[in-house]
Amino acid sequence: MTPAEPHWSFLLGRLGPDAIPTEPIVLATFAVVALGGVALLAALTWFRLWGYLWKEWFTSVDHKKIGIMYMVLGLVMFLRGFADALMMRIQQAIAFNGSEGYLNAHHYDQIFTAHGVIMIFFVAMPFVTGLMNYVVPLQIGARDVSFPFLNNFSFWMTASGAALVMASLFVGEFAQTGWLAYPPLSGLAYSPNVGVDYYIWSLQIAGVGTTLSGINLIATIVKMRAPGMTMMRMPVFTWTSLCTNVLIVASFPVLTAVLVLLSLDRYVGTNFFTNDFGGSPMMYVNLIWIWGHPEVYILILPIFGVFSEITSTFSGKRLFGYSSMVYATVVITILSYLVWLHHFFTMGSGASVNSFFGITTMVISIPTGAKMFNWLFTMYRARIRFDLPMMWTVAFMLTFVIGGMTGVMLAVPPADFVLHNSLFLIAHFHNVIIGGVVFGVFAAINYWWPKAFGFRLEPFWGKVSFWCWVVGFWMAFTPLYVMGLMGVTRRMRVFDDPSLQIWFQIAAAGAFLIALGIVAMLIQYTVSILRRDELRDETGDPWNARTLEWSTSSPPPAYNFAFTPIVHDLDAWEDMKRAGVARPVDGFRPIHMPKNTGAGVILAGISAVCGFALIWHIWWLAVASFGALLITAIAHTFNYRRDFHIPAETVAETEATRARQLAALEGASA
Amino acid sequence: MSQSVLPPALTGRYYDLHEHDHPEGGSTMLGFWIYLMSDCLIFAMLFAAFGVLGGNLAAGPGPKDLFDLPLVALNTSMLLFSSITYGFAMLAMQRGQKGQTQLWLLITGLFGAAFLGIELYEFSHLIHEGATPQRSAFLSSFFTLVGTHGLHVTFGLVWLTVLMVQVGQRGLIAANKRRLMCLSLFWHFLDVVWIGVFTFVYLMGMLR
Repeated sequence: MTPAEPHWSFLLGRLGPDAIPTEPIVLATFAVVALGGVALLAALTWFRLWGYLWKEWFTSVDHKKIGIMYMVLGLVMFLRGFADALMMRIQQAIAFNGSEGYLNAHHYDQIFTAHGVIMIFFVAMPFVTGLMNYVVPLQIGARDVSFPFLNNFSFWMTASGAALVMASLFVGEFAQTGWLAYPPLSGLAYSPNVGVDYYIWSLQIAGVGTTLSGINLIATIVKMRAPGMTMMRMPVFTWTSLCTNVLIVASFPVLTAVLVLLSLDRYVGTNFFTNDFGGSPMMYVNLIWIWGHPEVYILILPIFGVFSEITSTFSGKRLFGYSSMVYATVVITILSYLVWLHHFFTMGSGASVNSFFGITTMVISIPTGAKMFNWLFTMYRARIRFDLPMMWTVAFMLTFVIGGMTGVMLAVPPADFVLHNSLFLIAHFHNVIIGGVVFGVFAAINYWWPKAFGFRLEPFWGKVSFWCWVVGFWMAFTPLYVMGLMGVTRRMRVFDDPSLQIWFQIAAAGAFLIALGIVAMLIQYTVSILRRDELRDETGDPWNARTLEWSTSSPPPAYNFAFTPIVHDLDAWEDMKRAGVARPVDGFRPIHMPKNTGAGVILAGISAVCGFALIWHIWWLAVASFGALLITAIAHTFNYRRDFHIPAETVAETEATRARQLAALEGASA
Repeated sequence: MSQSVLPPALTGRYYDLHEHDHPEGGSTMLGFWIYLMSDCLIFAMLFAAFGVLGGNLAAGPGPKDLFDLPLVALNTSMLLFSSITYGFAMLAMQRGQKGQTQLWLLITGLFGAAFLGIELYEFSHLIHEGATPQRSAFLSSFFTLVGTHGLHVTFGLVWLTVLMVQVGQRGLIAANKRRLMCLSLFWHFLDVVWIGVFTFVYLMGMLR
């Protein structure tokens, strides 16, 4: 089958000189990225940072460092995904009146596919996983996750998947199928080149990481809570993380399976999703949305948790309706499995089936609405502090409600028949993903940054970024709602109707405003790092917050807590502050911790090589790297010495430094 | 407000001052169980695909033309016996008998290998008759479901071999016992999946 293709050699498979793109835009990007990359590598070498990065970060099994690495990965990929968005906005704003714009179809189709894939899998997922990784163990009073090595491995698998997507920009091409790669378009007959294979293997490799990280965090939350922290005393963010990880474990295997079937169609010539020999393309659409719908809740649930923590902290009150919040989260978790068909009401499954899925979809808005009211009632008559995290929360509430309402509109099957695949849908899901997930991640970054680094983020540039983002978002997506109602479909490269151009120009202006917001955000980070001494927080609790992560120093020591806290109430740290509990100052004991290991980086690196070999049909390399993967994994199991003790003296020293800091602060305030 | 003034009793109420090391691997069985459930979902998808596509013969051969039930029964008995012998290995492990454990593991491995051998024979026979995975959606989903199970058994065998070496090297230490328990879960899980395959693919296939 495939080896019979024109360009195939034993040594390099399908890889040949034609794999290097010739489009000037891609070449220029390649030049910039290559120069930047070389400069970065040179700088790391010059400043002798490789050893530091390897020892302190890459091989670290510390959940806090892994969490930060996830956030960095998400941020880098966010810049790439946003560049794609900007390119599409410019193309659509100028491709009128016979103009072809500046992107040809081959390139444009790759851009909208890459934009979706990157933003969901390599931006939103790393951001959400990073937050959970950093915050959950601290919130439950644990010293690390259940399986620290697995955590490191999961991160590097995600990073390997991201690396493959980035490689597709310069070596070969990416899929031109849309972000879910529906067959038969993604089958061999219509996508014979490497694009879809890049798609498949980057998602498979990253998917392993995501599933394992989900298992890890469930076990952590179930098994490693501090004494006294019953399920109904868990912070809401931990609850939403638990539900999200249940969703991950219960849905990512579906994605794995369906992508395996697609790759069998492409590599072996089976007939799962083909049009002939009994295959069924619509089965792919069903299966992938059985993963895909829970996936959007995987993204939004932890963010609901973030907003709950922030609302309660900045309102200075216990969260209104804690138990209803928990039940709402669990109900959403269950319902998210019963709505997948609303993504393709137009399949033609008949009125009864469509009604069922339409109603279940509308039912989801009830628990979500309950959450919204809980946040509002928490804020009601509170003395709210409008710091940046709270500003993002209010922006989220206003934006997300509208996204939710257009979602209910799309849940009505007859309306969906009109709006299906229109820009209205695009506006809707950006409304909930940007207005929900992205705003939430920014709220979370502003909220937990002082915990992670020991200094606050500078508020001026943060506010500039905030206003650019919120206004830019509405400017970019309101025109899409309007055009969607007028019947304009998604993924168009050129347009015939000149009256539409003004809407696309407004949308493009909105996108540029968002770009300013991103620039302001990067300035905010830079300025804050430069002025970190002024912004320093030594209390460990800059927001007067309520959960356990704020009870330790900022940044927390490697062991998180010198003594495990005992929980007596919801909002454990607030309870401790109210009771006036003193920090223990002596009697420290050695602390049992996991050891760093390079196995995760190595295994994930080999996986990426194996994926690359499979994409390019370099069979010898695929077999060799798979063998290497197996041998390395087995060799790792022969390492039985995976833990060590932090000596009591080291703990005592660290804690004494913290005691001196706190005493100095009290002296200053007295 | 200085820290030493406050009653230390309160500190003891809010901090675990006499904490000991937590036993290693306390979450392992739970974690592995959750992993198995995620694996179970992969099989669920493959069963679903078989359920949808199993009747799509595309004018090719169907279950009645292809399946040899006595052979499958023999195959099934190999896997079921391997589960029993794994159980004996676990009993020996509980009694702390290293040699017995390894012997039963070896026997389990042999049964597993026999299962795989028979399955490979069946596959090669089908392919030889022209019933290849490419022939129809029914055969695509059949080979994928049964083959994925076989692949799991193969990995189980690799794992079993590694564990025999590790038990040989270090004996029945806590870490090795935990690993044997995980493989035990995995091995019995594959048995349960096979019962599903045997029932839904082979027996019900013959009734279609």
